Amino acid sequence: MTARPNEPERYYNYAYLDEQTKRMIRRAILKALAIPGYQAPFGSREMPVPYGWGTGGIQLTAAIIGPDDVYKCIDQGADDTTNAVSIRRFFAQVADVAVTEDTAEATIIQTRHRIPEQPLKAGQVLIFQVPQPEPLRGLEPRETETRAMHAYEEYGLQYVSLYESVATYGRIASTVGYPTMVGERYLMSPSPIPKFDNPKMGDNEAILLFGAGREKRIYAVPPHTSVRSLDFEDYPFETQTWEEDCALCGATDSYLDEVILDDTGARMFVCSDSNFCAERRAAGHEGPMAGHQLAALEKETA
Amino acid sequence: MNAMTKTIAGDAAQAAPLLRVENLTKWYGHVVGCRDVSFEMRPGEVLGIVGESGSGKTTVLNCISGRLPPSAGIVEFDTSRFGLSDIYGLSEPDRRRMQREEWGFVHQNPRDGLRMRASGGANVAEPLMNLGGRHYGKMRSATLEWLERVELDTKRIDDKPRHFSGGMQQRIQVARNLIHGPRLVFMDEPTGGLDVSVQARLLDLLRELVRDLGLSVIIVTHDMAVARLMADRLMVMKGGFVVETGLTDQVLDDPQHPYSQLLVSSVLQI
Repeated sequence: MTARPNEPERYYNYAYLDEQTKRMIRRAILKALAIPGYQAPFGSREMPVPYGWGTGGIQLTAAIIGPDDVYKCIDQGADDTTNAVSIRRFFAQVADVAVTEDTAEATIIQTRHRIPEQPLKAGQVLIFQVPQPEPLRGLEPRETETRAMHAYEEYGLQYVSLYESVATYGRIASTVGYPTMVGERYLMSPSPIPKFDNPKMGDNEAILLFGAGREKRIYAVPPHTSVRSLDFEDYPFETQTWEEDCALCGATDSYLDEVILDDTGARMFVCSDSNFCAERRAAGHEGPMAGHQLAALEKETA
Repeated sequence: MNAMTKTIAGDAAQAAPLLRVENLTKWYGHVVGCRDVSFEMRPGEVLGIVGESGSGKTTVLNCISGRLPPSAGIVEFDTSRFGLSDIYGLSEPDRRRMQREEWGFVHQNPRDGLRMRASGGANVAEPLMNLGGRHYGKMRSATLEWLERVELDTKRIDDKPRHFSGGMQQRIQVARNLIHGPRLVFMDEPTGGLDVSVQARLLDLLRELVRDLGLSVIIVTHDMAVARLMADRLMVMKGGFVVETGLTDQVLDDPQHPYSQLLVSSVLQI
């Protein structure tokens, strides 16, 4: 067993990164908060996980975490996925923080692909892992050009992708990473969260931080900032809807994952936010397949 | 030359110049790109720049279209927001906005002028979106109208540019550069690289559009036939200098400078 980080023979500095690196990242965070939606460059470090596994989010967490924090980590909405468990254990070990699955209890929530269903409060920080911070990259490969486009607010190009989508599918069909306008000034990629979660970003009470480790960019949405999803006048922005309710907890307003149960086509739809679903079940809500073995979640042995 | 411009432009002579270029010079290190090029252009004029390869045609075009800052000289354009002003004196966002709103640029190779990852229709509609178009239906119908105007099959609106032939790609590029109603269009060898029959149709189309829309065009070409068909006025360049200038028919029928004479006499006759 490795030494606890705060013991004399600890192997790592508190929260893994050295203090100078954390200061550098905090400066980038302040800059990002000062200019909502602006991609502030930072000196991304090598982390003990590969790029694409959340190096940006881990560095953000490491820079702001303290011993009093309560840390929650989710992947695709779930607390019990491999990546989320590993990152949560990582910070429990190197930063000596309490960890939780309870959204309301957490002060720092690191996430990939989802915003928790339960509304966030002032004082909470939601940290997104971002693979590609540049929303215009798909259409304009030159970084020099996209920087100029952000600087001069030339965002017509982003509508080309929406136009293509309507032309092909008859509606704006993109469902993840749906481009947004922050504070009516900067175009921002919301990271690959489903567009279902886009409306939650606007006027949020919590701080939203986005970290892209490989691309070396940090951006942020401060509390109570407007975040508008782009759309056409005749094709307004819409979120996904489901005909089913959650099979376990019966929720009608949450983001649902489809789960294939066998090879004869049986399937169920369950909340992707595992904590939200568990709390509803604990409160006595029942869906059509309540009591299914998938509902029997074991508490993680720390 | 000034007197000549007046007689050529006729009633347009009263109008303020659309573009004024004065002593434009571009050095590439010690190599000369173009030297002391001066001319004026009025609205509705089509100016051809001809010359052999390496004579500075494209350098001049790039300098006056704001894509290549000149070493010396002034390029003034009659912008709708600031009036006649030096385009390199404008701030970068203002210049980019002017280029977007008031100019078009047709590249020789359509791959340089089109977004190859977006569909043909989206390519044509992009200038509208850049100018703030946010209504899909309106932009779609404008795109369809323009595809018809450049004689493309409107059923293929959502095909990617790579699925079109070279001549079709060039027509998509033309539509993309005219849809937003620019006041000045730059064309760099628009028919280069196309086979002769396709060239003829594209030229025919361009000539019609220019006439119908009353466009001002600066067209760079080494093809005398293109110059004859399209341009009202010609500038002949050699070694970075403008060696002769005048009405197209005048220059081509009665060339004065030895190089112009050579250029005209070397056109193949069938």
